[in-house]
Amino acid sequence: MTHINLASLEVGQTIGSTEFLLTRDSLVRYAGASGDFNPIHYRDDFAVSVGLPGVLAHGMLTMGVSVQLVVDWIGDPGRILDYGVRFTKPVVVDAVEGAVLVVSGKIGEVDADNSVVRVDITATFADTAVLGKAQARVRI
Amino acid sequence: MVNPNVEGKTYPETAPYLVGREKIREFAHAVKSTSPINLDLFAAQAAGYADVVAPPTFAVVIQERSLATVLADKDADIDFSRVVHGDQRFVHTRPIVAGDELTSTLTVASVKALGAHAMVTFETKIHDARKELVCTAISTLVVRGGDE
Repeated sequence: MTHINLASLEVGQTIGSTEFLLTRDSLVRYAGASGDFNPIHYRDDFAVSVGLPGVLAHGMLTMGVSVQLVVDWIGDPGRILDYGVRFTKPVVVDAVEGAVLVVSGKIGEVDADNSVVRVDITATFADTAVLGKAQARVRI
Repeated sequence: MVNPNVEGKTYPETAPYLVGREKIREFAHAVKSTSPINLDLFAAQAAGYADVVAPPTFAVVIQERSLATVLADKDADIDFSRVVHGDQRFVHTRPIVAGDELTSTLTVASVKALGAHAMVTFETKIHDARKELVCTAISTLVVRGGDE
């Protein structure tokens, strides 16, 4: 059981929005936790040498952070049954300012028979969507 | 750039990965989770889990181990320095919890040419010690074409 009443959910309804500040510290922390030590995520000189605009957040960090909005809404990370995204734009993380990721979500589909809803997630950085088709199927 | 003949190839099962409670906490902090079910044993148990629950994208840690085998496979011929993550999906049969011992088996689902680039889709099946499916991780990498 969750605190969310399936019958009260409608397609198009918002589940809220939030902001996450991604700093270089966030990137180093994620590199260590995930084991992804690609230097494009912490070395400016390396990022530039391979033609990137700067140090980028790991796509998987953006993906992992964005779903936290849904985790907080449902109150249980174990209820996220299926979660997929496309990485459409890079998140460039400034060494001083970091990067602000703005995440919002709305109900995309309600499957009352199976007590499952689909939440469609929007994640933007500098007013540009960075994830495409970001969808989480959640057991209510 | 990418050998199209690896399509359909399945790589050997990876060595068991024991999911640690502190590893889950570390990963949860890294993705900015504040959920007590990720972080606190008693909260997780109160919600009906045996131990703390991994964040929804934690299976990437297991997937990475399988991918490392492919990237090291000369036959597949994938240049890691030219790889960009295209898309990612995790389909869970059940959540991963601390104490799980997970193995993974990766199959190259498809190799497609996309102009000068190649798109390779990998499907990683993650099983627990009882050989039950826990998660299927699906990942598409875009391998950028060379300048030559």
